[in-house]
Amino acid sequence: MTHKILIVDDEPNIVISLEFLMQQAGFEVAIAPDGEQALIQMAAFKPDLVLLDAMLPLRDGFEVCQKIRENSAWNRVKVVMLSAKGRDAEVSKGLALGADAYITKPFSTRELIALVQRLVAGAAC
Amino acid sequence: MLQGWVVLLASFAYLGVLFAIAYYGDKRADAGASIINNPYVYTLSLAVYATSWTFYGSVGRASVSGIGFLPIYLGPTLMAALWWTVLRKIIRISRANRITSIADFIAARYGKSALLGGLVTVVAVVGVVPYIALQLKAVSTSFTVLMHYPAINTARAAAGPLWQDTTLYVALLLATFTILFGTRHLDASERHEGMVAAIAFESVIKLLAFLALGLFVTFGMYDGFKDLFRQAEAFPALQSLLTLGTDNATFGSWATLILLSMLSMLFLPRQFQIAVVENVDESHLNKAIWLLPLYLLAINIFVLPIAFGGIMHFPDGNVDADTFVLTLPMQEHHQGLALLVFIGGLSAATGMVIVETIALSTMVCNDLAMPLLLRLKLLRPGAHRDLSTLLLNIRRGAIVLLMMLGYAYFRFAGEAYALVAIGLISFAAVAQFAPAMLGGIYWKNGSRRGALVGLGAGFLLWLYTLLLPSFAQSGWLPASFLQQGPFAIAWLKPQQLFGLQGLDPISHGLFWSMLANVGGYVGVSLASSQSALEKTQAMLFVDVEGAAGSRLWRGSASIDALRGLLRRFLGAARTDLAFARFEERQQRTQGGQGGATPDADLVHFAEIELAGAIGAASAHAMIASVVDAEPLGLDEVMAILDETSQLIAYSHRLEQKSIELELASNELKAANARLLEFDHMKDDFISNVTHELRTPLTSIRAFSEILRDHPDLAPAQRRDYLDIVIKESERLTRLINDVLDLAKLESGSTTWHAVALDLAQVITDAVDATSELLKGKNIQLALDLPPDLPQVCADRDRLMQVMLNLLSNAIKFCNPADGRISISASAKMNKNQQDGQLQVAVRDNGPGVRTQDQDIIFQKFRQGGDGAIGKPQGTGLGLPISREIIHHFGGQLWVESHPGQGALFAFTLPLAQPQETTS
Repeated sequence: MTHKILIVDDEPNIVISLEFLMQQAGFEVAIAPDGEQALIQMAAFKPDLVLLDAMLPLRDGFEVCQKIRENSAWNRVKVVMLSAKGRDAEVSKGLALGADAYITKPFSTRELIALVQRLVAGAAC
Repeated sequence: MLQGWVVLLASFAYLGVLFAIAYYGDKRADAGASIINNPYVYTLSLAVYATSWTFYGSVGRASVSGIGFLPIYLGPTLMAALWWTVLRKIIRISRANRITSIADFIAARYGKSALLGGLVTVVAVVGVVPYIALQLKAVSTSFTVLMHYPAINTARAAAGPLWQDTTLYVALLLATFTILFGTRHLDASERHEGMVAAIAFESVIKLLAFLALGLFVTFGMYDGFKDLFRQAEAFPALQSLLTLGTDNATFGSWATLILLSMLSMLFLPRQFQIAVVENVDESHLNKAIWLLPLYLLAINIFVLPIAFGGIMHFPDGNVDADTFVLTLPMQEHHQGLALLVFIGGLSAATGMVIVETIALSTMVCNDLAMPLLLRLKLLRPGAHRDLSTLLLNIRRGAIVLLMMLGYAYFRFAGEAYALVAIGLISFAAVAQFAPAMLGGIYWKNGSRRGALVGLGAGFLLWLYTLLLPSFAQSGWLPASFLQQGPFAIAWLKPQQLFGLQGLDPISHGLFWSMLANVGGYVGVSLASSQSALEKTQAMLFVDVEGAAGSRLWRGSASIDALRGLLRRFLGAARTDLAFARFEERQQRTQGGQGGATPDADLVHFAEIELAGAIGAASAHAMIASVVDAEPLGLDEVMAILDETSQLIAYSHRLEQKSIELELASNELKAANARLLEFDHMKDDFISNVTHELRTPLTSIRAFSEILRDHPDLAPAQRRDYLDIVIKESERLTRLINDVLDLAKLESGSTTWHAVALDLAQVITDAVDATSELLKGKNIQLALDLPPDLPQVCADRDRLMQVMLNLLSNAIKFCNPADGRISISASAKMNKNQQDGQLQVAVRDNGPGVRTQDQDIIFQKFRQGGDGAIGKPQGTGLGLPISREIIHHFGGQLWVESHPGQGALFAFTLPLAQPQETTS
């Protein structure tokens, strides 16, 4: 079964690159440009993993992460936060809110793919 | 109801109430629960200023001269404004030196001079006793008027036999009251709380009575102020009263009266007694400063209505205007109100008489009787008997004597002019104290001889130009004295002395007496030298803060002799208590080094204690008789005084330094806070910059890696991805440029090439540069550039940068379907037509800027919008940079916008000066 990845980011070019990478890795992909859309897609698309930017319009990534963790139906969904804000405080905030990983932009595409594959594989078994 | 016995009963019942209040006040004071320790009672007791002369006389004066009654109340109001400095200083000096009267004050200031104290007392008695007589006359007249009810008859019956005269009994009762509540203790610096409470009560009564009558006349007899004044306007006899008077003499006498009443407010013995001696807490002044003027305003507000009402009701002029306050309610058959008014007048008269007699009796006892007894060697040590009773009896005798003097003068003078005019003449007498008092607290060089000469000369001229003429007008002196001068010497005419004409008699008398007084005081003070004691006292008074009097004494004394002396005047119990308190204080300050030999501190303490009972001059003489003082030479005194003033100056400097240090430390703290804030801002800035740098870098790296890892990509997709890499690199470059640009602008290291230039040209160039973009987005642009726009002085490239920024913002946010942008420019000249400014506005029809975002968009890396319309492009530095540029050239850049109606970005630039244009 193909795993589903939800990409949440407001930078169009980054979305394009992530979409390409995930599709190449064999995942089914959906996109949300802001925090509200992200929550709608959570319910509609039912992803296995979310690539979540921290700075988003309407609801920021931290808030979205918190909403996901509050909903017991989604507690098997993996959350990977991606952020250009790399200060320690923000990393720990993301992890404390229940993110499975926190990746600082810019990132290595190979490492990101490996991380995503490892996480969805862990979730499957 | 106004039968004689009713009026009598009411009067004596009222006096009974006064006794009860005074008794209660003294009881509470003995129990340590003062009822007068608040600013309201203090203010009310100060209102003893308003005597029966106010109560009856103001209306009388107003009936003759319109608002001519006002200066007597404007003066105190002005003086109240000076209280904070002048009266507060007098209170502090009096407290430090146990001053008990104005005579004591002046005597103590000028080397504890018994002669000067005596002179002040004589002036006060001569000047004020007739004034007491005037109060008794008011009581008598008002009683007579009331007794004639229902007839309105002010023609006075000849005074009846002595034993039938109610006024005599009132005077005797007042004397009793004054003795009971004014001479309980010897130490006059212990306050007469019961008496003050009664006086405050009297002030309430007289105010209420006057207001009640005023309300009755204005709203009962007439239909309010408007109606009353309209009727008065139509009344021929009142025409002249409604104007201020036009000749210079009127203004001159206004000035005289205001000055006189200002000085009286401070120096009338009763005012000094209440304001200084009876003051509990100097902070009460804070409220009294505005409350007393308010009281005076309240008691004067109905004076004109009552006067006008009286004149209109008794048009034939056979009712004395001084009695309008009584005759008006009698005419209207309001007997109760008439009785209330009578009681009000009684309270005004008795309040004055009581306080004035206490003040005068202290002066007579301490500054006339005591020095005399000292001279007669009746009080020499050795005669070991308790003298406190003797002193109290002297005071009691003085009270009865003064009261009877006042009564006798009233009986003798009757309706004579001398009595009627005494109010102002009395004011002029106490005004003679002003030079010695004011000079004494502000001028160290004022000397005893100066004060004696000034006061003496002023007093003599007062006698000659004011008192004697009033005797002549009463027929007690031949009229030729006034008209031809004594012995027919014209230039000695007392009301035109040395040919001085054109002044009213009061101004004339005040002028000559004050000229002689101030001239004598200043002249002799400058010409004569002060003794050591005078110098000491001058310093103690002028520098009342921080001066130590005891350092200026050297010698030996036995503690038992001092104790014995004080016991004779203060009694054993009070003396022992005072000594115990003193020793306790000494031990606290000196760590228990008190020895058996009294030192300078003890002698100083004993003298001050004694001064409270018998006045400074007598106390000084008494102490000198029991101690062995080694006379200090003038040099020594000067040395000590110098040292003291150096100490004072040094401590002033220290205080100054400490204030400066505190200021500096505050500044440092503020600077530190600002630095911390800058640090914070710098952190935020760096965090923002790195965030903005990482975003394009992320795309660049991601696509570079994709291109590396997927060599088999379709050529079209490969080119798309390469385009993204290039675009993001450009974005990165732009960002780096902007950050550097802004940093340079903010640090001031930018090089500017300011020239006079044509702004219209810059705008057109900017539009040309963006024409491709405009076309691509199908935006309509409207340009409104009037010809002949004046030039501005600025850097061409920088202005281009601003214009491009505003334009690209407008393009970015324009309505995507039907984009419209308009650019306009206009010149605005200032009033003088010399300089002005140019204003440029760029308007778009986009979504607009929300009010809460209108400041934010000018901050670095802050972009407006709620994100609903997608992420805005750009570095977030365009507007901050533009604003920096416009500010540099002395202009402003701002936004005007209502959400949904587009945004207008406008900036101004000052016009180039002509010389810059040519350069």
